[in-house]
Amino acid sequence: MWESFLEFCSWFFVTGDPLIYGAMVSIALTMVAIVFVLTKYKKWGWLWREWLTTVDHKKIGIMYLIASLLMLFRGGVDAILMRVQLAFPNLEFLHSDHYNAIFTTHGTIMILFMAMPMMFGLFNMVVPLQLGARDVAFPFLNAVSFWLFMFGAMLFNLSFVIGGSPDAGWLSYPPLSQNEFSPGPGQNFWIWGIQISGIGSLATGINFIVTILKMRAPGMKLMKMPMFSWSVFSSCIMIILAFPILTVTIALLYLDRFAGAHFFTMDGGGNPMMYLNLIWMWGHPEVYIVVVPAFGIFSEVVATFAKKKLFGYKSMVAAVMGIAILSFFTWAHHFFTMGTSASVIAFFAITTMLIAIPTGVKVFNWLFTMYRGKISFKQPMMWTIAFIPCFVVGGATGVMLSVAPADYQYHNSYFLIAHFHQVLIGGVVFGYLAGIYYWWPKLFGFKLDEKLGAWGFWLWNIGFYVCFMPQYALGFMGMTRRYYTYGWDYGWESLNLVSTVGAFLMGAGFVFQVWQILYSIKHGERDTTGDPWNGRTLEWSIPSPAPFYNFAVVPQVKETDDFWRVKEEKANGTYKEEPVHLEPIHMPKNSGLPFIMSVFWFIAGFGFVWEWVWMAAIGMIGVFLTMWARSFQYDTDYYVPVDEVRRTEASLGRVY
Amino acid sequence: MSGGKWLRRLQFGVLATLASVLLAGCGSDYVVLNPKGPVAGTQYDLIMISIILCAVIVVPVIALTAFIVYRYRDTPDNKATYKPNWDHSTTLEIIWWGIPIVIIAILGYFTVRDTYALKESPNKEVKPITVQVTSLDWKWMFTYPEQNIATVNYLQIPAGVPVQFHLSAEAPMNSFWVPELGGQIYAMSGMTTELYLQADEPGEFQGRGANFTGEGFAHMNFNVKATTQEEFDQWVKEVKGTTPAMTKEDYEQLKKPGLTEVATYSSFPEGLFEEIVAKYGHGHPVDASEIRTYGDKKDETSAPQMPNMNMTPGMNH
Repeated sequence: MWESFLEFCSWFFVTGDPLIYGAMVSIALTMVAIVFVLTKYKKWGWLWREWLTTVDHKKIGIMYLIASLLMLFRGGVDAILMRVQLAFPNLEFLHSDHYNAIFTTHGTIMILFMAMPMMFGLFNMVVPLQLGARDVAFPFLNAVSFWLFMFGAMLFNLSFVIGGSPDAGWLSYPPLSQNEFSPGPGQNFWIWGIQISGIGSLATGINFIVTILKMRAPGMKLMKMPMFSWSVFSSCIMIILAFPILTVTIALLYLDRFAGAHFFTMDGGGNPMMYLNLIWMWGHPEVYIVVVPAFGIFSEVVATFAKKKLFGYKSMVAAVMGIAILSFFTWAHHFFTMGTSASVIAFFAITTMLIAIPTGVKVFNWLFTMYRGKISFKQPMMWTIAFIPCFVVGGATGVMLSVAPADYQYHNSYFLIAHFHQVLIGGVVFGYLAGIYYWWPKLFGFKLDEKLGAWGFWLWNIGFYVCFMPQYALGFMGMTRRYYTYGWDYGWESLNLVSTVGAFLMGAGFVFQVWQILYSIKHGERDTTGDPWNGRTLEWSIPSPAPFYNFAVVPQVKETDDFWRVKEEKANGTYKEEPVHLEPIHMPKNSGLPFIMSVFWFIAGFGFVWEWVWMAAIGMIGVFLTMWARSFQYDTDYYVPVDEVRRTEASLGRVY
Repeated sequence: MSGGKWLRRLQFGVLATLASVLLAGCGSDYVVLNPKGPVAGTQYDLIMISIILCAVIVVPVIALTAFIVYRYRDTPDNKATYKPNWDHSTTLEIIWWGIPIVIIAILGYFTVRDTYALKESPNKEVKPITVQVTSLDWKWMFTYPEQNIATVNYLQIPAGVPVQFHLSAEAPMNSFWVPELGGQIYAMSGMTTELYLQADEPGEFQGRGANFTGEGFAHMNFNVKATTQEEFDQWVKEVKGTTPAMTKEDYEQLKKPGLTEVATYSSFPEGLFEEIVAKYGHGHPVDASEIRTYGDKKDETSAPQMPNMNMTPGMNH
């Protein structure tokens, strides 16, 4: 009995690597610490009532943000480990298998479990406030989305200590990702971690499209909607068109692995190349899904801190919507080298180049928003200004990559690695950080410390260039991605070492940011006005942190930057005070079902991963039971009485 | 903090790094920037054209950013114009929709031209030799159908003669790359891809796999040796005279996952490459004469034939 238990453990857990034993111990200690703190301070009930069952978009946004920062840490540690392994030739710090697992999880986590939730966090934190709405269109579904993401991410991360990490690259190209070459549960963890969180992403896409179309404050025509909400709209359209492709594609891959189907296998009539086409039909729009909201953030930040209207609003709208359409016609540029006909290659090369046009236009519009403005260099603006040169260079190398015959020389080389890190870090990460710094006071009621933030900013920026500029050169030196080691013969050693130093600088930047958050919780400048940056849009018209119902009175919108208009009219005395009277506010009730349903998804996913059908069945039955329970729930909403609204507002310093 | 000061510092950092990269590009370690054949030469020219065209936008934009950020900083002594409601100018917007369109049109022209050109042999005067490339876990097998010899992890070619590669795999897909001679192409099971390369002068070049194939991927390097035609013929003769023949069993042994040393074989089982392709070719027999590339005009205009359809990636089913 004991022996068979030990044997079970030896394949169930990942064994044999001191790094992983260390991780197991630290995970166990963290869990114990969390349980201890929650029990000691009697916080279990609070956790359940305030967080696990919440349908408040702001709290969901905060949970997304915390989860994404944890994932940024995990993905960042992966990156540091890789850079250490590559710092010197022939280093034996990581074995091939371990290195392969690490770059696979680094890519998957950074895109799907870091960028996506950070983006969803910003959607949740900002969009309803910007639109003058009290919540998203489907608050319950929003909670479902979050918990599906959370449990999907947990399932994926579990593979690190249980069963073994996937190691076939972040997009798991078959035939490498098939049973024949990747036996064991690792690849299944990849499939089910993404599958479960992907359902959540699709639901979020639907939720925010409906929110934007149906929940805008009266008077806010689409063409008067703030630019960030426009970018969210564009991103969500891409989500609902692209994510079903991902779901189907990896479901087919799972059928190959689990049921012996032959969709993408090498033999039996399978076609691995089909998978490449399908996965990139999702994968290319995916990068625009994450970068377009960053463009929206920059548009808000630039107008606020240049104290000037956004230049070329109509152009900007045309550009984000144009990018949403074009993004679906470029996928084959990820494999120009597959040897298809010249006509196909030429088509995809041209469509790829076309994307540079609306993107370039946006850069000019941001620049001319600053032109004849008055620029103050607060943290969100610093990240925005740093973004422009970084993204312009990254965009230019993107155009270089789109030149198909030249791409034959860049493909899968470090030139490509440098390019996509430059647009994803310079564009997406800088953008989201700008957004987090910008909207932080609205969510938490205090600003993040400027001085520690400056340390973080400079370490990130210098570290970025030190890390990735040498990688362009390494690409020209013929260094291929996903090498776990290299010899002395190629002259790659010095630039690799420089690059590793850069990675550590960025890591240090992240440490400063964590310190900054912890420090600011206690010492950060409190925001008592609700409008710490002299903002332009509706979210700044309400107190910070925003009350749970957001707006005591739904605003009447007249202009694009409506709050700016109100402030201007008040300043020059033309503002007409409308008599306000409070009404009971209709709000959704909390529900534990999203959490419970996602736990069942997790159980089902775990069963699917190990191909334990009984466990998968239990999980799926649980999922359907919770859906069934939900469909007979009629008591899902309530009204906040006027008295309570008045009391809450008074406690926030607003008298009605 | 003064906005101009830190931005200038940033600019300087970026430009210095870029300059050092480009200057260092003269070194011979920069294999992509040291073309040793007409294909790599075409690609080098395209790389340079695209760098210049991109610089036409990038440099002024970065300069403009620095200027605007400095000029319009919000400090008490800054007397620059402030127009908070100026948010539209049709002329300006036409200009910056127009500039990228022009640049992309120029770049698009060169791209399309060379995309078609590289599908053809780079040297029409000389009859190309054919080499079949098979990617295995984790080694490269080269079979020379005209010479009837085979090598592993080593490729020898005559200089000045275009080489027509047919590529396939009996393992996860890889990408065949000899940077000094020209860009890469995928090697995939159940289909063949085609690539022309040519070395202008005798020399030794590094070749490698560029698409991740698992545990031994980092070791899939091989040497490419270009010699004169006479030396090449001499080498073929030597290989034929002194090295063992590859049998079916040898191949079965070779394709097992693992690393191997360089090897040469005086012959290989007839039709080995075609068999490897056909084996995963969706059950349809593939005739050697049917093995063409996707870009082949004849295939596109003729009625669809099953064996050819097999070779079009992503177009099946």
